[in-house]
Amino acid sequence: MTRVVQFRIYRYDPDKDQKPYMQDISVELEPTDKKLLQALVRVKAKDDSLSFRRSCREGVCGSDAMNINGKNGLACLTDIDSLAQPIVLRPLPGLPVIRDLIVDMTQFFKQYHSITPYLINDDPPPERERLQTPEEREELNGVYECILCACCSTSCPSFWWNPDKFVGPAGLLNAYRFIADTRDTATNQRLDDLNDPYRLFRCHTIMNCVDVCPKHLNPTKAIGKIKELMVSRAV
Amino acid sequence: MVKRLVVGAHYGLRDWLAQRATATYMALYTIVFAFAALTLPKMDYAHWSALFSGGLMRFLTFLFFMSLAYHAWVGVRDIWMDYVKPLGLRLALHLVTLFLLVGYAGWAAKILWRL
Repeated sequence: MTRVVQFRIYRYDPDKDQKPYMQDISVELEPTDKKLLQALVRVKAKDDSLSFRRSCREGVCGSDAMNINGKNGLACLTDIDSLAQPIVLRPLPGLPVIRDLIVDMTQFFKQYHSITPYLINDDPPPERERLQTPEEREELNGVYECILCACCSTSCPSFWWNPDKFVGPAGLLNAYRFIADTRDTATNQRLDDLNDPYRLFRCHTIMNCVDVCPKHLNPTKAIGKIKELMVSRAV
Repeated sequence: MVKRLVVGAHYGLRDWLAQRATATYMALYTIVFAFAALTLPKMDYAHWSALFSGGLMRFLTFLFFMSLAYHAWVGVRDIWMDYVKPLGLRLALHLVTLFLLVGYAGWAAKILWRL
């Protein structure tokens, strides 16, 4: 039995189109096609003008993040059968569209870089590695796994309003990853940097980020832990 | 002039904490006030006035209005920061909000000590 899937896809090519429009298109799937990305590849075979990013096709690279039936997610991890048809695909909200489903992630990565996403430790390096206890290492679970797909930050209204000033859930999750790391010695500087009405405190805990994270991470919890550390430092 | 983006006003934690503290106080006061009002022998001006003639109740109520003002200051200021981008207009709105809230708090005190 052939499976036909109906799509409604956001299309915009700034070289040709005056403004974006929605394209209705349907494709026939093979029995082995399980994930949305596989269906999208078939759409691309039918209409090769469609543009989207993809790479690893297994939820590790974070390239194929898009707005699927109104909710951000990775095409490669989304079951086709779980989606109501027509499947409405739009680019990630809040970022400038380069073409079709491809957005300009510059602002997102600017915020990520602003939290100095690397270990800072000016102590002389030990002969072998810097050790952690299993408990100290445990604290990094659930925060280091972020693949920077931007599903969370682009579903956050605080990031939509202030993308230049609010770090966003992805950046803050990564900020906590280094604040929580016992091998990092810049904790105070990191907390100082975030103690600002915009950078951290624009988060109003609406938890859209938790709802959409394809890796099932919890940026809101990490943000709460940063606030907790700030309070424990201040009182 | 080149427009440079700057962040780093170090009052994020203070206001966030104050907003939560004032919210908690207002919630507790609401319970105390509801209990005091509902257990009045009779709901008339004399009893109502007697309820607020006690120093403690006046103090708690005044603290409630102060909390309300601070809480509203953080919340309303956040709205201006999100939606009003021109700096001059935003600063003007901040000041108007500030003056209004201070005025309301003073007005509340006047009413409380008049009762």
